[in-house]
Amino acid sequence: MREVLFFLFGGGALAGSIGVVLGRNPVHCALFLAQTLVCVAVLFLLEDAELVAAVQVIVYASAVVVLFLFVIMLLGVDREEAVTEPIKYQRPAAIAIGALVIAEILYLTGHQWATGASSVHGTIHVKGQDNVERVARVLFTDFLWPFEITAALLVIAVVGSIVLARRSGQRAEPPLDADLLDQPESSEGASVYSSPEATS
Amino acid sequence: MIADFVITDSYYLVLAALMFTIGAVGLLVRRNVLIMFMCVELMLNAANLTFVTFARRLNDIGGQVIVFFTLVVAAAEVAIGLAIIVAIFRRRRGATADDVDLLKG
Repeated sequence: MREVLFFLFGGGALAGSIGVVLGRNPVHCALFLAQTLVCVAVLFLLEDAELVAAVQVIVYASAVVVLFLFVIMLLGVDREEAVTEPIKYQRPAAIAIGALVIAEILYLTGHQWATGASSVHGTIHVKGQDNVERVARVLFTDFLWPFEITAALLVIAVVGSIVLARRSGQRAEPPLDADLLDQPESSEGASVYSSPEATS
Repeated sequence: MIADFVITDSYYLVLAALMFTIGAVGLLVRRNVLIMFMCVELMLNAANLTFVTFARRLNDIGGQVIVFFTLVVAAAEVAIGLAIIVAIFRRRRGATADDVDLLKG
C-alpha cells in the first residue's frame, strides 16, 4: 500500500514540477505547482509527519498558490512568453548544469550516508503523544528563540510588501523621465508581451 | 507488487533530489519572473522533503520543526518577491527578467 502511494504521489509531484518548468501559461504553471505541493503533502503523511502535511496544504498549496494566481491575474501576464533566447546557449548550459547536479546528488546518495546523533531533540513517536504535541513541545522549548525571530521576520515581510506594492500619490500617472527611460526599449518590451509570435 | 519490496529513505531522497534539480533548471531556463519564483518554491519544497526524510531516518523530531521555519521564510520571500514584481511591473510594463537590465551598461 505504501509503495503504491509513494509511486503514485511521487510521480505526481515530479510530473507537476516538470509542468511548472515547461508550462507556457503562468496560470497553468501555478496549478501544476499546486499539484506538486499537494503530492508532497501526501508524501509527508507517508513519513509520519502529519502536522507538516497539514501546514503544507494550508500554507503552501492554498495561500502561496492563491497569492501567485492573484498576482498573475492582477498584472495580466497570463499570456505566453516569448521563446527567444537572449543569452546564447543559456538553455543547453542550464540543462547541463542540472544534469551535473543530479549526477552529483545521486552519487552522494548511493555512496555516502549521512551520519549523526539521532534523537537530539527527542524521538518522533512517544507513547501517548501525537505528532502535533511532539512538534509543539520541541518548537516551544528548544526552538523558542528562532520561533520568536520568525515572528519578527513575518512582521518585517508584511510591512515591507505593503510599502513596496503601495501606489504612492505622485506615481498615479507615470512621471515624464520614466517615459524617457523606457523609450529605447519600450517597443521591444511591449512586443514581447502583446504578440509573442511576432518576435519568435 | 513484489512482497519484499520496501520503500526506503533513499527513494524519498532521490525524489527530493530530482525535484530540486528540476526547480534549479527551471530557475535558469525560464524568463518570466513569476515562474522563476515558482521554481524557487519547488526547490524549497524538495529541501523540506529531505528534512522530513532525515527526521524519520534519525528518529528526531527536530527535522519536522525545521520545516516550519522553512515555510515561514518561503512565505515571507513570496510576499516580498511578489510585491517587488508588482512594483517593477508598474514601471516597466513587463515581468520578464530581461526587462530589468538598466544597469547592464
